[in-house]
Amino acid sequence: MSLIASFTVSDRDVSVDLAVENQATLAIIGPNGSGKSTVLQVLSGLLRADRGTAAVDARILFDQQTWLAPHQRRLALLAQQPRLFPRMTALGNVEFALRARRADRHQAMDWLERVAAGDLAHRRPATLSGGQAQRVAIARALAADPDVLLLDEPLAALDPSVAAEIRHTLRPILAGRTTVLVTHEVLDAALLADDLLVMQGGRVVECGTTTTVMSNPRTDFAAQMCGLNLVRGVAAGPDTLASNVGTLTGLGSLRAGQQAVAAFAPAAVGVYRHPPHGSPRNVVPARITRLTPHGQVVRVGTDAFAADLTPGAVAELGLHPDLAVFLAVKAAEIQLYAA
Amino acid sequence: MTVPRWIYLPAGVGALLILAPLVALLTRVDWATLPALLTSPASLAALGLSVRTSALATLACLIVGVPMALVLARSQIRMVAWLRPFVLLPLVLPPVVAGIALLYTFGRRGLLGGTFEALGLQIAFSTTAVVLAQTFVALPFLVLSLESALRTLGPGYEDVAATLGARPTLVLARVTIPTLLPAVVTGAVLAFARALGEFGATITFAGSLQGVTRTLPLEIYLQRETDPDAAVALSLLLVVVAVAVIGLATRRIGHA
Repeated sequence: MSLIASFTVSDRDVSVDLAVENQATLAIIGPNGSGKSTVLQVLSGLLRADRGTAAVDARILFDQQTWLAPHQRRLALLAQQPRLFPRMTALGNVEFALRARRADRHQAMDWLERVAAGDLAHRRPATLSGGQAQRVAIARALAADPDVLLLDEPLAALDPSVAAEIRHTLRPILAGRTTVLVTHEVLDAALLADDLLVMQGGRVVECGTTTTVMSNPRTDFAAQMCGLNLVRGVAAGPDTLASNVGTLTGLGSLRAGQQAVAAFAPAAVGVYRHPPHGSPRNVVPARITRLTPHGQVVRVGTDAFAADLTPGAVAELGLHPDLAVFLAVKAAEIQLYAA
Repeated sequence: MTVPRWIYLPAGVGALLILAPLVALLTRVDWATLPALLTSPASLAALGLSVRTSALATLACLIVGVPMALVLARSQIRMVAWLRPFVLLPLVLPPVVAGIALLYTFGRRGLLGGTFEALGLQIAFSTTAVVLAQTFVALPFLVLSLESALRTLGPGYEDVAATLGARPTLVLARVTIPTLLPAVVTGAVLAFARALGEFGATITFAGSLQGVTRTLPLEIYLQRETDPDAAVALSLLLVVVAVAVIGLATRRIGHA
């Protein structure tokens, strides 16, 4: 199923165009108040747009003449708060979603097991931790068998380690499912989304494939919002990643041999003409490919990963394309994730 | 916050104002004759009538009050916001005024009286009138407590249920009502207590016929003239019921 929408909500000053291809995940990223949650509210039918249209394949959700109520739209919304129905067990919550679409309620257990929450089936929501509750909420949303899954900051309320686990659970689920994911965490977009839409002040600032927007942003705002280096490789130890740019040590709890990714901000990367000495660091030789000014900083692109430096530092180091340099990142600045 | 110490003085006076009459009532109870007084035919008739009519009034409050609370808390129709203050009316209106108003609505020559008479129904001065008067005064207790619970709950659960594809009726039956059950019980208990104590509207609209419209409060008022000991005994009964109801309701509120 593909989703196309174009609408305006006047009193919130939100006006967007977006499209999600069949089975793709679109991440909408932006700061608080940029209107990204408004987009999901309009798509799910909880808020009316002043004008515009939205359609899933040929099925119109709303336009000038039509307006489908939320329960007719076949778009499940998973929010930051799991909002499990308090008087039902975890299993009862999933059964509710099946009952809503008149499906066989015996599938409920399968959905819980898909998100590794089978053992929580008979627990009441009040006895679940945030992460457990969010797992059940994911199972409930999936059981509704939506055409499009809408995720509104599903990991924002969780501890970083729990968020990492849920992110890991979400990855295979989102693959092959049309999804819109709202987040303010660029890592979510990097690990879960095919396409990335950057919002600011109720408008789309930039939109493209995640790789393009992250590696080659056209606007300063997108560059700052999506500044994240991702280095893929294979875990060599719990906190070590072997990649084709070199070995990176960071914070993580990986299993040796598993596919993993190292994530860190360009601002955390230091650039040197000669190998630096001193505190234990990750040092990687690289060649500068280009220098792009982004507002207050210059993004130094290399054949390994990017660094953000002040214009003064760029001048002082005499950096220019094709120059061989050394990039250094502190281990404490690198987050390692199973990919 | 620590309150200034002097604040305990006026607070204590207020508490005394509520508790002293109860103690005074207890001192006047003739414990030896109490069982006989409580089981006299007139007392039993009044008690039975009160319990039956109050239970029916509570049921009526639930049947119309739960939908009213839902409309008040969730509807976006502007008219609803305008009508909202009128729900408070039975709460602030003197019950005797309510009785007169009901009489001019359902009485023989009232606004709707003719309609009911054509159907062979006479409402004024019947047990139906008692239930109607009690429902009128008790309704706001249920509606207001439920509406505030609905607003506190917020539309979050209902929104999630709707995006899961559940039709509004399923959401109401399986999500909203079960989640609000404690508030429904509290509201019903409060409405029952108010119905049980109803006097002014009942005597005006329904009169005082033993076994038909003479509820416990009316019986107490009547006995006060002729047999003060019986009045005290019946009053004690109502106090016990009231305290039990408060206990039940506050325990519920504490849970929620």
